[in-house]
Amino acid sequence: MPKLTIDGKEIEVPDGVNVLQACELAGVEIPRFCYHERLSVAGNCRMCLVEMERAPKPIASCAMPAADGMVVRTDTPTVKKARRGVMEFLLINHPLDCPICDQGGECDLQDQAMAYGFDRTRYEENKRAVKEKYMGPLIKTIMTRCIHCTRCVRFATEVGGVEEIGLVNRGEHAEITTLEQAVDSELSGNMIDVCPVGALTSRPYAFTARPWELNKTYSLDALDAVGSNIRVDTRGREVMRVLPRLHEDVNEEWISDKTRYACDGLGRQRLDRPYLRRDGRLQPCTWDEAFRAIARRIEGVAAERIAALAGDLCDAESMLALKDLLTALGSPNLDCRQDGAALDPRCRAGYLFNTTIAGIERADACLLVGTNPRHEAALINARLRKRFLMGGFPVGLIGRQVDLTYPVDYLGAGPETLQDVAAGKGAFAETLKAAERPMLVLGMAALARPDGAAILHLARQAAEAAGMIGDDWNGFNVLHSAAARVAGLELGFLPGDGGRDTGGILAGAEGGDIEVLFLLGADELPMARLGEPGKGPFVIYQGHHGDAGAHRADVILPGAAYTEKNGTYVNTEGRVQLGRLAAFPPGEAREDWTILRALSEIVGRRLPYDNLGEVRQKLIAANARFAAVDRIEPAAWGAFGAGGKIDPAPFGVAVENFYMTDPISRASETMAQCIEAFEARRAGAATGTEG
Amino acid sequence: MLSDKNRIFTNLYGQDDWRLEGALARGVWDATKGMIALGRDEIIQRIKDSELRGRGGAGFPAGLKWSFMPKQNTGRPHYLVVNADESEPGTCKDREIMRNDPQRLLEGCLVAGFAMGATACYIYIRGEFYHEAVRLQAAIDEAYAAGLIGKNACKSGFDYDIYLHRGAGAYICGEETALLESLEGKKGQPRLKPPFPAAAGLYGCPTTVNNVETIAVTPEILRRGVAWWTGLGRPKNTGTKIFSISGHVNQPCNVEEEMGLPLKELIETHAGGVRGGWDNLLAVIPGGSSVPLIPKSICDTVLMDFDSLRDVKSGLGTAAVIVMDKSTDVVEAIANLAHFYMHESCGQCTPCREGTGWMWRVLTRMVRGHASVEEIDTLLDVTYQVEGHTICALGDAAAWPIQGLIRHFRPELERRILEYRKHAPAAAE
Repeated sequence: MPKLTIDGKEIEVPDGVNVLQACELAGVEIPRFCYHERLSVAGNCRMCLVEMERAPKPIASCAMPAADGMVVRTDTPTVKKARRGVMEFLLINHPLDCPICDQGGECDLQDQAMAYGFDRTRYEENKRAVKEKYMGPLIKTIMTRCIHCTRCVRFATEVGGVEEIGLVNRGEHAEITTLEQAVDSELSGNMIDVCPVGALTSRPYAFTARPWELNKTYSLDALDAVGSNIRVDTRGREVMRVLPRLHEDVNEEWISDKTRYACDGLGRQRLDRPYLRRDGRLQPCTWDEAFRAIARRIEGVAAERIAALAGDLCDAESMLALKDLLTALGSPNLDCRQDGAALDPRCRAGYLFNTTIAGIERADACLLVGTNPRHEAALINARLRKRFLMGGFPVGLIGRQVDLTYPVDYLGAGPETLQDVAAGKGAFAETLKAAERPMLVLGMAALARPDGAAILHLARQAAEAAGMIGDDWNGFNVLHSAAARVAGLELGFLPGDGGRDTGGILAGAEGGDIEVLFLLGADELPMARLGEPGKGPFVIYQGHHGDAGAHRADVILPGAAYTEKNGTYVNTEGRVQLGRLAAFPPGEAREDWTILRALSEIVGRRLPYDNLGEVRQKLIAANARFAAVDRIEPAAWGAFGAGGKIDPAPFGVAVENFYMTDPISRASETMAQCIEAFEARRAGAATGTEG
Repeated sequence: MLSDKNRIFTNLYGQDDWRLEGALARGVWDATKGMIALGRDEIIQRIKDSELRGRGGAGFPAGLKWSFMPKQNTGRPHYLVVNADESEPGTCKDREIMRNDPQRLLEGCLVAGFAMGATACYIYIRGEFYHEAVRLQAAIDEAYAAGLIGKNACKSGFDYDIYLHRGAGAYICGEETALLESLEGKKGQPRLKPPFPAAAGLYGCPTTVNNVETIAVTPEILRRGVAWWTGLGRPKNTGTKIFSISGHVNQPCNVEEEMGLPLKELIETHAGGVRGGWDNLLAVIPGGSSVPLIPKSICDTVLMDFDSLRDVKSGLGTAAVIVMDKSTDVVEAIANLAHFYMHESCGQCTPCREGTGWMWRVLTRMVRGHASVEEIDTLLDVTYQVEGHTICALGDAAAWPIQGLIRHFRPELERRILEYRKHAPAAAE
């Protein structure tokens, strides 16, 4: 614990901090552009210069480790002059285009120029102009504004793990460039956030809004199972952009490109009024007509011929309401595992990411089974990379061979390799055994297959054999890809006694045993198995987008997307978090649990809650964990999975196309452009920039 | 004047054989084994006692620098890196050493490397020095073949490898940490210090970077004794130094001389005097392009060593004496240097990237007088805003010549501005 004096004040700071951080701890603000806590130190902007006793020149405080006995001054004329000088240098070649710059109002350069700059110019030469660079459909560049802090370069190489952006040329001609191609990273949007000026801005958001016109709502992402904390910026009813919000244990301060950019899908393909299939065609109707049509159809149908499936984006409240409704109707046929994953609800540790995301940093070996975390949970992959960069982290991969931005030991493609590891065969099994805190990540692709239960069982054996389960360490992890999944399992949106699971429901629909099927935002089903409308079961679709489920539906109840409701979500770690309403649903669409509550009245099974508080009370009654918001309780180890015959077929991946995984991202134009940009490149097609 | 018996670089002009045979005849590699037998601490102590200061420009005591290297082996390789990226305008001393006396450098590499506990040595040679690189490589090959370096070098039991690496022609790669980056295969940009190379240098291992001349004189100091060396020059500015004299002199040359020699004597004795006589002298840049110039009034009396020149607000630098007679357009000369620094700035840190261009543009206008008198102070202020605020010393090097110009030639700048106004009053507004 070094003790140093800052501006005459003595302060003791933790080991390993630099002078800049020490000054912050002492309550002294140090201006900076290039320094970023999560990136390596570049020390190139020279804005953070301070005076230190016995140093002949001012020192860059970001690059100087705090040491015992240092005497630092930040308020001397020398320091003020140095800051003003650097500020002047940064501004001489920076365009005066703040009025048309998207960064305006939230620009570090603007703010610090106000605080540390000078109000007139001495520079009478021509300003430098830099040609725009093409960086793909997500990032807009105005490189004349660039101040060469290299935060974007350091982000891409260190966090993103892609070395596709760099500083070329020298002196005044230095430029940041990707050599005219998009940065092929799922985290590329974060470069916009780290850019302290308006050089890198969001391309889809360009010129659409000013930061001070936006309503900011702290909410939660539902497009993957990470549960990234986000800020939703809205103007009126429209979501203008999504930004990350700091949560050290989940997403740090990053979000994936899908989280950030799929929000334009919220304005397209929306279901904004109820529909009813009349004469074979879906036609707009009133809420009352829709409810009455459902009530008429349900009447007299035996309870075991009714079923419900919940989709990937559902909040816990709506799943609870639907479960309560089905229970009231007497049906045991409900399931939240629309992909048919063999998740075993008997043991909580068997379906959670037990290590926790932050816990990855404590692990010292990792085995990935049937997963591509880069696409299924980009931020968990970023944590794995962060852990890899700390050193001493061997990673083995069983499944499809993919580039994860860190080196992996490729062990094999299918369950037989996992059997070998479970039996302790092979070098990597030894590595896992030798590790102090080994971990295993099991992807949905390994479970969503007919032998899923057996593979789950096998993975448990492998984890136990490698000593992954200890008193204060649980290295067994299931990586979900759906935001709704863990909440569904926790509140028991699962087949009751004698009830059918997803497979059974689909088989029943084909065989005519299921007459009424309620789809709560379930779009990832093989809709062909439900038969043609009018021939198969009567399908009620409640959701927000005109996607696969709505096409097959007989009645459509328009619901709310994740930004349009106050919903509870549980991420893959089992962390309960709250999403908040940022904008109201469009047209006649309503928050989902209220729709079910209204429907329950019409079908004569009135649900016992009238406001969100009451629903949440019921939720907590169903499972007390829902009360423990943002707290992780370690799950007890137990038996899960079931032995059985294992198919040697290789594992696939749960997410084939990162940019389109759900109704919202499928409706997003930006995501479509990404596919065009990246898939075309992977296919080696023309980029339009070759000679 | 240095007597011939005190010269170290006896083949500076290439009149003798540069090959190993010739070098041995000149006494290179004589009793090298004995030097190594002195042991690490003794060698460093002797170099400290000799007060040898680095010949690359900064004049840091060499023995002290070597003593920063870890005393014990850290389990990682330790490196000696020789900076042969001689690119300072006006400087051409290392080139002559490598051309005509390469064995002297290699002997120094072995002895200095042993003293600092290095396991290998890299010589980073300027890319443009093609012939020098070819010759130095031939010398390395000869030394290996003769068992002077490599396994059991000079039969001392010490294993030592020397590698030659050619640069790609960037001035900034002569900065020691940029040189290390370049040597590692990266873009040549200076690193932040601390950590200093002695703690984390090449590939993160303890490293010392020394100039060619510093290394090349080391064996001779040990061979002839510290007393001999300190007997030359002045206290703290000991020994001999190669001066490169260029510009408006009758016979531009490289010459090895004693430190602390008067500048006037240096020019008159070795370079045939200033073109048109001493009174025709306008100014001298005494230490390579990056030190401030000194006008004739100072040149009359100043001594050529680190401390004397520092006292007149200039510096010895690399001891490249650039002489300018009265025919020189001194403003344009300094504007030319400003352009050089703008062109060679790596662009990493703000003051240098933005400031060098600004200074050059203002100075270019001032060559014609197309500026206002107040801008002279603005320009001076800009140089102070660059100086001392950058990662490496290139910012300082860009600022100093301009500061020297304004310090000594402000009336000339003002005269041009007023002259320009007289002839083009509209344009001056």
